[in-house]
Amino acid sequence: MSPAGVLARLEVAIRQKAYSAATGGTLRVIEGLTFSLGKGEVGALVGPSGCGKTTLLRIIAGLDADYEGEVHLPDHGRLGMVFQEPRLLPWRTLEHNVRLAAPQVTDDELTSLFAALGLSAHRQHYPGELSLGLARRVALARAFAVNPDLLLLDEPFVSLDDALATRLRDELAELVTRRPVTTLLVTHNVEEAIALADRLFLLSPSPTRVMAELPIPNPRSKRTPEELAAFRGQIARKLKGV
Amino acid sequence: MALRLLSLVLMLVAWSIGAQLAGPRMLPDPQSVALLVISEAQSGSLAFNLGITLLRVTVAFTLAMALGSVMGLLMGRFRAADSIGDPWLVVLLNLPALVIIVLAYVWAGLTETAAIAAVALNKLPIATVMVREGARSLDRGLDEMAQVFRMSAWAQMRHVVLPQLAPYLAAAARSGLSLVWKIVLIVELLGRPNGVGFEIGTAFQLFDVTRILAYALAFVAVMLVIETFLVQPLERHVTRWRPRTA
Repeated sequence: MSPAGVLARLEVAIRQKAYSAATGGTLRVIEGLTFSLGKGEVGALVGPSGCGKTTLLRIIAGLDADYEGEVHLPDHGRLGMVFQEPRLLPWRTLEHNVRLAAPQVTDDELTSLFAALGLSAHRQHYPGELSLGLARRVALARAFAVNPDLLLLDEPFVSLDDALATRLRDELAELVTRRPVTTLLVTHNVEEAIALADRLFLLSPSPTRVMAELPIPNPRSKRTPEELAAFRGQIARKLKGV
Repeated sequence: MALRLLSLVLMLVAWSIGAQLAGPRMLPDPQSVALLVISEAQSGSLAFNLGITLLRVTVAFTLAMALGSVMGLLMGRFRAADSIGDPWLVVLLNLPALVIIVLAYVWAGLTETAAIAAVALNKLPIATVMVREGARSLDRGLDEMAQVFRMSAWAQMRHVVLPQLAPYLAAAARSGLSLVWKIVLIVELLGRPNGVGFEIGTAFQLFDVTRILAYALAFVAVMLVIETFLVQPLERHVTRWRPRTA
């Protein structure tokens, strides 16, 4: 963790992360992976399934201390995280779920956050009464409510149908534009990464390292379809180059 | 509800028929038992004996549940605690209730403390095992969520851990309550000068089946009231978030 206020950037330098395999020996998952992300930037880690993206995110979140290397969280290191599954407390209402993670949140903030994510009608509902799409929104609301110094998103739209995923992605884009927060998104979906991120990090297959770093020049709202198409081509060439 | 009543009526009918066949000395009919309950209630000894037994049940039950929950939680969450505690648990689980009671009376005398401790010690390992099972099945994902969002230890316990343990605690409480009151009766029979168990012991020596049934059924009624008005509403409250099955 960073000394308070010294580093506003997210700095990640992992020399090695290995698991001991069940058959004996070790399995290297991450090796020589470094990247950094500026304050208020949205970074996307894009890589094939099983390349250790979730492991990387868990290390950054402080859930896995068994690795060699350093992670410096921005500012005070207050984290907001959206896991692959919503991970809500089924025995607490939506509002209570959010308030438990973010005790400092005011009524006004909560009301506007719930409105922005289309959750206003469900404040007093329990998670078991919601669809997966709604539950994911609550997980997003919870992560934003803590006013994080770093927002971590682990495949936040996986297993939603395309239309819903696109809508939720747009809502998320609007949220990070309205209240800039350093965000790290993990995904295997290039479209999702292009739509949301300012900076792409392409990851290699295991043992994972950063193959290429691609800044996306325009702000999210001003990207034209032509630009995006050109960008996709660029990524495809990079991915083939390996 | 109607079926429940019907079943109860059926039980009373079977009892009456049985009483006719066996004779009043072996099995008195429901009316004579009811009459004795009323006369004992009027003399005040019913309330006194029920009260003192209920008090012993409450204290022993609370002790065993509190200690068992803490130990079960520790053993379910930390491997070292499990390794240390498990042999003790196996020994306690397999010691017959009677042995614990007799030893408690021998070592601590025929005292209230010995009686309560013996009952609590009988219930303790079962509560521990049940809560340990719950602690082992705690959702790691929710733990991680609480850790990432830096929830306080108190909030984690109250909002993340305890709700997951609730079904296990409820099961332990349910089975515990009935077990504890049965053991309290033996403890009273062997070494206490009052309570339902003592009354039943006296009635046994006089071969007074009416008195045995009167006290036993009166106490069952008390436990039924506790179950209906305390345990069940509590259970409904802690499971209110579950979508109801139609």
